[in-house]
Amino acid sequence: MATAAELDRPADTTDAFRQEAREWLEANFPQSLRGKDNAMSAVDGPTEETAEQKQWREAMGEKGWGLPTWPKEYGGGGLGRAEARVLGEEMMRIGAYNPIGGMGVMMFGPTLLEYGNEEQKQKHIPGIVRGEVRWCQGYSEPGAGSDLASLQMFAEDKGDHYLVNGQKTWTSGGQWADKCFALVRTDKSQKHAGISFLLIDMDAEGVETRPIRLISGSSPFCETFFTNVKVPKENLVGREGQGWEIGTRLLQHERNSLSGGGGSQGRMNQGEQIPFIAKKYRDVDGEGRLADSDLRTRIIKHEMDQRAFALTLRRAALEAKGNAGPSAATSVMKNVGARITQDRAELAIEIMGMQGLGWEGEGFSHDELAQTRTWLWGKAVSIYGGSSEIQNNVIAKRILGMLDHQ
Amino acid sequence: MAALNDEQVMLRDMAREWADNESPTTAFRKLRDAAPAKGFDPEAWSTVAQMGWSGVVIPEEFGGSAFGYLSLGLVVEQLGRNLAVSPLSSTAVAASAIAMGGSDAAKSEWLPKLAAGEAVATLAIDEGPIHGGKIEASAPGGKLSGTKKFVAEGDGADVFVVAATDGLYLVAKGEGVTVSTRKMADSRSHADVTFADAPAEKLGGPELTQAVVDRATAVLTSEMLGMADAAFDQTLDYLKQRVQFGQVLSTFQALQHRMAKMKTELELMRSTVEAALEAIDAGRSDVDQAVSLAKAVANDTLKLVSREMVQLHGGVGMTDEYDAGLYLKRAAVLETMWGTASYHRDRFARLNGY
Repeated sequence: MATAAELDRPADTTDAFRQEAREWLEANFPQSLRGKDNAMSAVDGPTEETAEQKQWREAMGEKGWGLPTWPKEYGGGGLGRAEARVLGEEMMRIGAYNPIGGMGVMMFGPTLLEYGNEEQKQKHIPGIVRGEVRWCQGYSEPGAGSDLASLQMFAEDKGDHYLVNGQKTWTSGGQWADKCFALVRTDKSQKHAGISFLLIDMDAEGVETRPIRLISGSSPFCETFFTNVKVPKENLVGREGQGWEIGTRLLQHERNSLSGGGGSQGRMNQGEQIPFIAKKYRDVDGEGRLADSDLRTRIIKHEMDQRAFALTLRRAALEAKGNAGPSAATSVMKNVGARITQDRAELAIEIMGMQGLGWEGEGFSHDELAQTRTWLWGKAVSIYGGSSEIQNNVIAKRILGMLDHQ
Repeated sequence: MAALNDEQVMLRDMAREWADNESPTTAFRKLRDAAPAKGFDPEAWSTVAQMGWSGVVIPEEFGGSAFGYLSLGLVVEQLGRNLAVSPLSSTAVAASAIAMGGSDAAKSEWLPKLAAGEAVATLAIDEGPIHGGKIEASAPGGKLSGTKKFVAEGDGADVFVVAATDGLYLVAKGEGVTVSTRKMADSRSHADVTFADAPAEKLGGPELTQAVVDRATAVLTSEMLGMADAAFDQTLDYLKQRVQFGQVLSTFQALQHRMAKMKTELELMRSTVEAALEAIDAGRSDVDQAVSLAKAVANDTLKLVSREMVQLHGGVGMTDEYDAGLYLKRAAVLETMWGTASYHRDRFARLNGY
């Protein structure tokens, strides 16, 4: 049988590509950015790009290697999976990060490649590949969160354009976005079948965003208001009334990326491992074990949970070879990922005591203050992208075939 | 499911078919009521051997197929689904101890017999009701003395792989070996075995003991995986047909979420079990960690699923007529065998330095 190691081993045909990738990266990746993160993926919104960051983003965008497997005709890298893996390995080897990220990459792009017409792909995909256009998601409304199909924002057919009125909420990065992919109602007489998938310019007249301040102190989300916004007909993706199908597909891509199935290694949080933090802040006994046995047990459980999750992501990736796109099983992964993220943060602040609950000012290290915010922000992961309860519904209905009340 | 080759897929499907057709839970009930002295059905064991399953981890030169532990696990998992009674696991793992540490003479004597199903072997490790306690048996001058408790398949074993203070020994049933049956909740074979100056051949030191116990533990988690999967499937089927308040039970969200939670845990369990077996096959240096991870997760998950099986079946789950109780009782025994969840969590932590 093919072992995991064999599957992970690059084929001979990629050796030439490895050399090519290595040379290109050495010529283009600024040494000053070694080990840095992608500024585009920051939770708290975009930070001012430095000259080096800009240069790196543009070089990768031009090459299409930020999205190595996307089709070349729309600016993507056009590489095979084996080559993309080699590229990733070579980037990791020199401490380079992928400067292309965001919701266009994780959710909207893959969906448009599937459902968009040729003109729409030509128009929108290159901007995502080059990291030049920011997208936000117009799904949730004040009265339509987990029950998303109850959405009310209305797009009225005016011949050559739609006239859009309504409100969206939890618009991630809405205040920084250039464009919005939105679910709108085009037919009030039908629930699911009355929904369409529409692309809206955030700088169009009548669009207003108001950031929502969260318990973590940051404002990554907005309320977004649409008042008599004119949207050209060509911005409709798919057919009128096909929005629920397209939107659901997009949510699968979202869950897939949130669950770590999008390529992360299964350790949802960066930073120090929990046992290491524990040894720094807590006492150990004569045998080098954490002295608080109850805490130690719970840390071990968490570490095992995290290890089992990483193994499951790996297994899912091996099994998915040959299968296209994310499946309903991504709901399972999303829930486990959320649980682990939250357990980790809860353990971290418990281990650190008062030192892990600082808000600002002297007396707390940068890492300690970050821990407080990470803990609070982490409460969102079991809510956004479909709450854990909604994912459990998906698992019960789609995987286990348990039906609704008749 | 791990990425399997064609041989493994065939092996798994054959085992599934045999278990479903020839060894459903009704076969277990029959055996339980008949209570044969050896604890298993010789005819079924002979079929298992004919299909080559008893030789899956035995080298080819001694009559086995050397398919490895993932392959053995696939078979054991299918048998576990139906609570099939077989000395397969204990024999296979004891055989691996002989293959790893035995003399050429011992290998030639025992391995072909074990591969052919002509003999049954087992591990005799623990001396108390909890795995991981002190071992006091010793074998000065090749004469082994001591009492081993709760030896699985002890009633039918022809040869024992025994842990002494300085490592593993091979002891054939006969002179100086006394077996006394222990009746356990799972109605399977468990026995206390006393060795009194029994002739013993040394297989290896304490490292071998640990390596063999890790193999036994990994194989055991395969049985647990099969049981947990089957217990879950049967519970789901029951919820889909049982009507209360004019509704099929499976339509209640409170029950849907409990099933979704279990399904999630089962996915994690499968990953850890397969990873442990693959680690053994790959000869990795962190087999011990992989095994403790798998056993701790398997214990927690099988415990959850088997207890929920009874609860979600309601009153009928308490009756002997339904299978829920059979899974519950076997599950509790396997959760204890080769270490509880807390034992393996502690071991995992020590191996990781905290």
